[in-house]
Amino acid sequence: MRETTQQEDFLRGIWRENPVLIQMLGLCPALAVTNNVENSLAMGLATLFVLCGSSLLVSLCQRFIPGEIRISAYILIIATFVTVADLSLQALVPDIHKALGAFIALIVVNCMILGRQEAFASKRPVGRALLDALGTGAGFSIALVMLGAVREVLGSGSFLGVSLFGPSYEPWIVMILPPGGFLTLGVLLLGLAWWQERRPDRIEASQRRQAGSQEAIAVAGIATSGRPTPTRGEAG
Amino acid sequence: MTASTRIVSASPHIKQGDSTPTIMWSVVASLVPVVASAIYFFGPSAILVLAASTAGALAPESLLGGRGARSLRDGSAAITGILLGLTLPPGIPLWMAFLGGAFGIGFGKLVFGGLGQNVFNPALLGRAFLQAAFPVAITTWPIRAESWWNLRGDNFALPLMSPSVPEAMTGATPLGLMKFEQMTTPSWDLMLGTTGGSLGETSGLIILICGLYLAARRHLDWRIPASILGSVALFSTLLHGLDAARYPGPVFMLFSGGLMLGAVYMATDMVTSPVTHRGCWIFGAGIGFLVLVIRLWGGLSEGVMYAILLMNALVPFINRATQPRIFGTLGVGGES
Repeated sequence: MRETTQQEDFLRGIWRENPVLIQMLGLCPALAVTNNVENSLAMGLATLFVLCGSSLLVSLCQRFIPGEIRISAYILIIATFVTVADLSLQALVPDIHKALGAFIALIVVNCMILGRQEAFASKRPVGRALLDALGTGAGFSIALVMLGAVREVLGSGSFLGVSLFGPSYEPWIVMILPPGGFLTLGVLLLGLAWWQERRPDRIEASQRRQAGSQEAIAVAGIATSGRPTPTRGEAG
Repeated sequence: MTASTRIVSASPHIKQGDSTPTIMWSVVASLVPVVASAIYFFGPSAILVLAASTAGALAPESLLGGRGARSLRDGSAAITGILLGLTLPPGIPLWMAFLGGAFGIGFGKLVFGGLGQNVFNPALLGRAFLQAAFPVAITTWPIRAESWWNLRGDNFALPLMSPSVPEAMTGATPLGLMKFEQMTTPSWDLMLGTTGGSLGETSGLIILICGLYLAARRHLDWRIPASILGSVALFSTLLHGLDAARYPGPVFMLFSGGLMLGAVYMATDMVTSPVTHRGCWIFGAGIGFLVLVIRLWGGLSEGVMYAILLMNALVPFINRATQPRIFGTLGVGGES
């Protein structure tokens, strides 16, 4: 495995391995509670908190957790932080807590969180585990807020509760219902796929632009590592 | 095909007259009487709604259809637009009709890869989207206007804004009356189309005649409408016999709502219907059964749209299950 820099640890979760948009993990909350920006943000931040807390603890305890029961240990740790998040939301923002309903408790079984523990936090020092959790959680929150923004603007004609189009706006009711979540996510992924497909063209164009300077480097005899590696790990 | 290139070949000599554009444009031509009756019954509103939904269907096709205007010229997007318009109430705001057409072509056809690749009927998908997005606007039926020239609703509502609907202008469809007020409509009114409803769900007889023309030209498989209407007639006769007070008779069921339009024009879409003859019978019988189930026991008053869309989803399985035996072999798939 190629060692990664700290910057990569953080940024990877936000874009290149975005849990929702690229890895397609945690889709249940991403589709279920993103009918407005407020709920999306609350869900994203709650998940970010749980992810950071459990990555920290798993990374700290990695020497003491026996391999045979590690999954149950991770689940216990995650469940602890979910309970903290659940009770805090209930105390601080009871309305949002009510709107999110069972999906707060279901953060426990969000495969994105368990995946980060198993694949990253349990094998890395605390600092990097925390960076990775922050990046992944932020990527998850960004994706949720994107979904929530589209659905709230079309489905209620407002953004964060502020009306955008005036009182006679005809809401697209389908957008705040579950089909709207699927539609929005599908369109978002379609746009991303289109963007990715055009990527080779853009890379080629930028290489053509840089050709002159690269030749100059080659002439100077500096060993270059060749073409930049393709940045995107293809999600299967 | 130009006549200047001559190909000499051995017999049989088949004169190839049918191509996708000829079939599609002849379907469009067969819709002329249906559109004319819609205009006769609903006045300028019908023209406006049909124009808006057709424009909506053509817009994504010409923007994203690819390879020049080839897909525009074959007429399939125009059919989708006209058929969608015929399923809409005359008073619907034009921007909704446009949006429905654009959604139907964009998400019902282009994302699957264009003509021939789509799973669902694009016109019905557009209508399903409108029904889910604007359930009130799409079930607001106008009553008979005083003058032919009157608009049948707030057609010119600003884009994204809700239409203003005066209470006195709304009526109910025969199916709605049956379901929610236990009132029946005279059969003759239903056949001629002098009832409330969507643009194309009024005159059953005209649609049936247009369907016969298309079937005679082999542009639709007669088995599909025959099996849909047959199963609706059969099941409604049975139920009517069981409890005549609760379940209306077959004539009402056949000529009310969008059943005729759906059976003749929507279910017979060549792309989204089965390819085998046996499959067509199964497909049609399934639609007829589902229509009755939704109409009689479902929450909606009309179920043709969802019945066809549901059976569209089953078409690949029907095709696989009804593969005919290859001539000269014993089993399916050439096992001998």
